[in-house]
Amino acid sequence: MKFTLFHLMPYSAVDLDAIKDYETVWVGLPNKHYDREAGHQLYQRYLNELIQGEALGFDGIAVNEHHSTAYGMMPSPIVTASYLAARTEKVKIAILGSAIPLRNHPLTLAEEHAMIDTISKGRLISGFVRGIGAEYHTWGTNPAFSHERFHEAHDLIIKAWTDTEPFRWIGKHYRHEYVNVWPRPYQQPHPKIWVPSQGSSETIEWAAHPDRKYTYLQTFSPIKSVYKYLQQYRDTCEKYGYEAGNEQLGWAVPIYVAETDEQARREAKEHFENFRNRFLKMPIEMLLPPGYTSLASMKNITKSKAQITGDITLEQACDLGMFFCGSAETVREQLSDAWQDLRFEHLLTMLQFGTLPADLTQKSMQLFATEVMPALRKTVAETKTAYA
Amino acid sequence: MAFKQHTISINGANISYQRGGAGPTLLYLHGAGGTGNAMPLMNALASQYDVVIPDHPGFGASDDPDWLDTIHDTAYCYLDFLQQLDLTDIIVFGSSLGGWMAMEIAIRDQSRIKRLILSNAAGLSLADIAMGDVFLWGDEAKVRNMIFDKSLQDKVLSAVVTEEQQALANKNFFTTAKLSWEPRFCNPNLDKWIYRITVPTLIVWGDHDKLFPEAYGQNLKEKIPHAKYVVIKDCGHLPHVEKRDEIEKEICQFIHEVA
Repeated sequence: MKFTLFHLMPYSAVDLDAIKDYETVWVGLPNKHYDREAGHQLYQRYLNELIQGEALGFDGIAVNEHHSTAYGMMPSPIVTASYLAARTEKVKIAILGSAIPLRNHPLTLAEEHAMIDTISKGRLISGFVRGIGAEYHTWGTNPAFSHERFHEAHDLIIKAWTDTEPFRWIGKHYRHEYVNVWPRPYQQPHPKIWVPSQGSSETIEWAAHPDRKYTYLQTFSPIKSVYKYLQQYRDTCEKYGYEAGNEQLGWAVPIYVAETDEQARREAKEHFENFRNRFLKMPIEMLLPPGYTSLASMKNITKSKAQITGDITLEQACDLGMFFCGSAETVREQLSDAWQDLRFEHLLTMLQFGTLPADLTQKSMQLFATEVMPALRKTVAETKTAYA
Repeated sequence: MAFKQHTISINGANISYQRGGAGPTLLYLHGAGGTGNAMPLMNALASQYDVVIPDHPGFGASDDPDWLDTIHDTAYCYLDFLQQLDLTDIIVFGSSLGGWMAMEIAIRDQSRIKRLILSNAAGLSLADIAMGDVFLWGDEAKVRNMIFDKSLQDKVLSAVVTEEQQALANKNFFTTAKLSWEPRFCNPNLDKWIYRITVPTLIVWGDHDKLFPEAYGQNLKEKIPHAKYVVIKDCGHLPHVEKRDEIEKEICQFIHEVA
């Protein structure tokens, strides 16, 4: 198993009482609720938490992209990943991901990712995402073309990374007479590509295709959904005529470790619930603008609307297996069981979430790195030997 | 009045339309929600006119063809439609999104058009007065913002929506986004060519339209100076739903005035 420390970098300094009348922190929360000094301190803290991941033995550290929201302070993961590349030596740096359809000129991403890969001497993992629904509202990009633009931007970036002669690109959304990206990526033919998703069938089919075999990451979901979609990915690979490697599967999940189960739940409760019920929450119109999902998926979503937009308590989240919270022993056992069943190679741990303050984040990171991670690595190695 | 359903093939796509009544031809171009809410008015108009009601490409019972990307594609599609059915001297009546299409058709070729009627039409945007955001309004807010009369709002909201109706609404909403998400409900170049509309024109606007505020109607009147401009009192975005008798009277009067 490989461990990646994934940070969302929330603007946790936001005064939640002052903004309680806003239905969501996305799209329309006025940025007068952002304080520049608090912002500066949070950037320093969060970036250092990520950098610390290297010394704590994580295989990778990961950043993401979100716009116009207190949910995360990373409108440009290029900036955060560049900073991390300069401050670390060995650890992989994952951008999870760049929202490629939101760019009118995806070649800028081909260039920027190639630069970070080269500066870090081949430590970049490129994640490609469509951006969430809210970003189509703030960015103006037409959600009805989201899938088309994602696919075309991806094809253009890969060709730009792998062709060594200038070429023309005459697509529907992007047209160039001369594509000739300098620098080329350090990793050949190009950095590994990870695809974070909430389980859209279109994305699974696309990522699993034999031309791509991209690592599929199920993001923050009840464990039942993680089972379902990782299995769907494996089944899709089988349908394509090959067996999925474990390295093609990953899972991003919030985790909190403390001295005892009781203490962990007590300490994490408010901060987790702020993450789930304040930072992540948005109305369905914002989450799923027309065209963002297929008409077929939309039909099912309309039915489960209340479930998507309702609140969840920490206890419910633990029961649903969408949050692992407890003593090192508890978390170790739960993750070990999950791995035995799911056989994902990549665990993306969100050890800071919502308003979780620095001291508790620090404690949980240390406990996870010393008392959970090594044991899980051992379990995986032993299981593999036993089956070898 | 019984309407008959027909299908015509345009550039490889099946376009569905209803036709009924007798008299001069009136082509109705529906708004983002589809034809359903206009049928009572269409029934009334069919006593005097040969009423033709297509489902736009990507809407209702029409195909969602690969060539459909922008409002311009719908304009060329309808120019073909008029040619294939050989409709001449027609009245084109467009509501909201359909009003925008009517203008896009007319600036290209109005040789088959005798009169134009635009109700709460999309197509032009004002930098200093925001439109309502139909894409962020939830299901309830959509009804409350589009309709002025509270009791009518409640009536619409209490109606049961079948799965089939919901699927159709999703299809219509997806195509609406495709055509009008960005630039939002407008063609920034329409301003430049709107002077090409020279046929007699009636502009009708609900005074409490929260999607395209009444200033949008006044702006349209300024851009088509020869148009007759009628503001419907105590009415939201859908005069054909909320003030059916009044808009029917205005339409008939306008057609007779310039006959």
